[in-house]
Amino acid sequence: MQQANRLRPFFENITFDRADNELILNFGPQHPSAHGQLRLMLHLQQEQITKAHPDIGYLHRGMEKMAENMIYNEFMPTTDRMDYIASSSNNYGFALAVEKLIGLEVPRRAKVIRMMLLETNRLMSHLFWLATTALDIGAMTVFLFAFREREYLMDLIEDYCGARLTHAAVRIGGVPLDLPDNFLGDLRKFLDKLPENIKDYEDLLDTNRIWKMRMENVGVISKEMALSWGCSGVMLRASGVEWDIRKEEPYELYDEVDFNVPVSDKGDNYARYKLYMAEMRESAKILYQVLDMYEGTSPELMAHAPQYISAPKIDIMTQNYSLMQHFVLVTQGMRPPVGEVYIATESPKGELGYFINSQGGAYPYRLKLRAPSFWHTGILTDLLPGHYIPDVVSIIGTTNIVFGEVDR
Amino acid sequence: MRAYTPKDNVQKKPYYTDRYWVAPQVAKSDVSEDAVFASDLELIKTKFEVLDAFIQVGQMVVIINAVDNFGVIEFLKNELEYNQLSEMSAIDWLAQEGKFEIFYQMLSMSKRKRLRVKCKIAEKESIQSIEKLFRSADWSEREMYDMFGVVINNHPFMKRILMPEDWEGFPLRKTYPLQGDEFAQWYEVDKIFGKEAREIIGPENRDPARVDRYDTTRFARLGHEVPHGADISQGEPETPLCYQENEGVFLIEKFDAEKSVVISDRDR
Repeated sequence: MQQANRLRPFFENITFDRADNELILNFGPQHPSAHGQLRLMLHLQQEQITKAHPDIGYLHRGMEKMAENMIYNEFMPTTDRMDYIASSSNNYGFALAVEKLIGLEVPRRAKVIRMMLLETNRLMSHLFWLATTALDIGAMTVFLFAFREREYLMDLIEDYCGARLTHAAVRIGGVPLDLPDNFLGDLRKFLDKLPENIKDYEDLLDTNRIWKMRMENVGVISKEMALSWGCSGVMLRASGVEWDIRKEEPYELYDEVDFNVPVSDKGDNYARYKLYMAEMRESAKILYQVLDMYEGTSPELMAHAPQYISAPKIDIMTQNYSLMQHFVLVTQGMRPPVGEVYIATESPKGELGYFINSQGGAYPYRLKLRAPSFWHTGILTDLLPGHYIPDVVSIIGTTNIVFGEVDR
Repeated sequence: MRAYTPKDNVQKKPYYTDRYWVAPQVAKSDVSEDAVFASDLELIKTKFEVLDAFIQVGQMVVIINAVDNFGVIEFLKNELEYNQLSEMSAIDWLAQEGKFEIFYQMLSMSKRKRLRVKCKIAEKESIQSIEKLFRSADWSEREMYDMFGVVINNHPFMKRILMPEDWEGFPLRKTYPLQGDEFAQWYEVDKIFGKEAREIIGPENRDPARVDRYDTTRFARLGHEVPHGADISQGEPETPLCYQENEGVFLIEKFDAEKSVVISDRDR
């Protein structure tokens, strides 16, 4: 039944030894350092890359299509599966876009909790980035250290919402839960320890001969190239563009907290590494300020908008009209007004945008997910030529791409 | 009679909508309310025809003719400091008016403003690539072609990006069902095993909630243990569960080493 020749991957049939001495190398899609399902077709002259052709789509699940067939609240857990390293930031971006569409104001306590979730997610993502990139370069110790710290954060998130990876911890109109009793204390303990941990990583890497050789002046992205390729986040800031959406178009409580936006004009891997480390410190700084904001906020967690948001559980269980509203919102879904919105937030990877076209129905008419990693993968086309094979690994590492987000 | 379902939009619809319900609108405000947008719009209007312009949720939307798309975006980039193309894609309005709406989401970092340029093209029309202006459009336009079948002129590498190259159909069109069409059902079977294996393997079903009660290769139910792969579509033998206490299972009471046999050949 099974014919051997049909199962043979068809790129095995190409001629490897050509007259012009060019070798075509398939990097991935199962390569461990490709950080997911990335296939790179590399044209090589000796060890040097002359042409790179990233091939994506191995994790394509059609999320935009799914969104058109789901009510708004139903889609929230699906957003987790985009950037699954920091899933709350995806939840948040979607919730914010729908809130802007409806015109909702979220209660302050929910905002504080969201800020905590966003920044812990940023820390988790950056720690994960550091761990995997260091592992690719060969620094096993850093991998273990960074995963240890990430584990504490995952435990914290687990205390909050019960999930470790796919949190779904944000709702349209607020957050589902208040913080558990031990949360603030545990987070503070973690933050007190974090500077030492970051110093440990830096002691291991900053002046490490191998690390510097693999990182410095490798994968240099010029300012023009970064802007033209739609780069965002650290990829853009490492190339000398000072643009952080948290600072420039503040959402949530980012205009009330004090933090810096680290920028570098080098544009190489090492600059991106330094920015990630600096951003972790800034995140900790934001979290300290947010911890103090929690006290004294009133206990509401969800916005009051009976047309769109279910009433609190106590009302649903005691009041007939709340129960009816809840029933309609669960079975039919909320119907945002007719209109369009594009909302960008600064996710750990870069500019995460949600474009929603609503025609007043319970299902979005069109939802476009603007995932930063998509263009950070695309830039490899122009970035890799001229580099050598080992550089590919470190460049993919510092672009910090996640394939749930690239393929969506 | 079976209820009529429209074939031009097979996406999910709410099962009930109040007949008197009127959808509210997201407020659109006049461009003159924002000085930066107003001056930008004036400059665009001096060179190109603007069909409509308004501000919605803090961002200006400019609707232009599709033939002007390259010119307008070049003007925005070079003259008006909109230095990044955040996003671009299409919206399917084929059922309503036979057109695609294409939007370009622009960002100006110096002005801290976001602007959306929109234009409409008919189904068979193509649109000029803006890859020369923004490299990011290279992949976005490929994705748009892949998902909607919008053909781009002067694109350097007009191939599918997310779907396989030999895919048929455009997944994000409203006429394309969520579970995939007939081509999608047979794609992997045909590709890996060949068309002749269709009868043996059967179509791929992408419904995650599907359970086939006659499938004995992947599912087994207690009380109905049948051999792997047995055909049970014509009824199945009863295999009642028996417990040791009910003398259901043979139990060795006395072990006699003399009578036992050591099996060396495990396939015996």
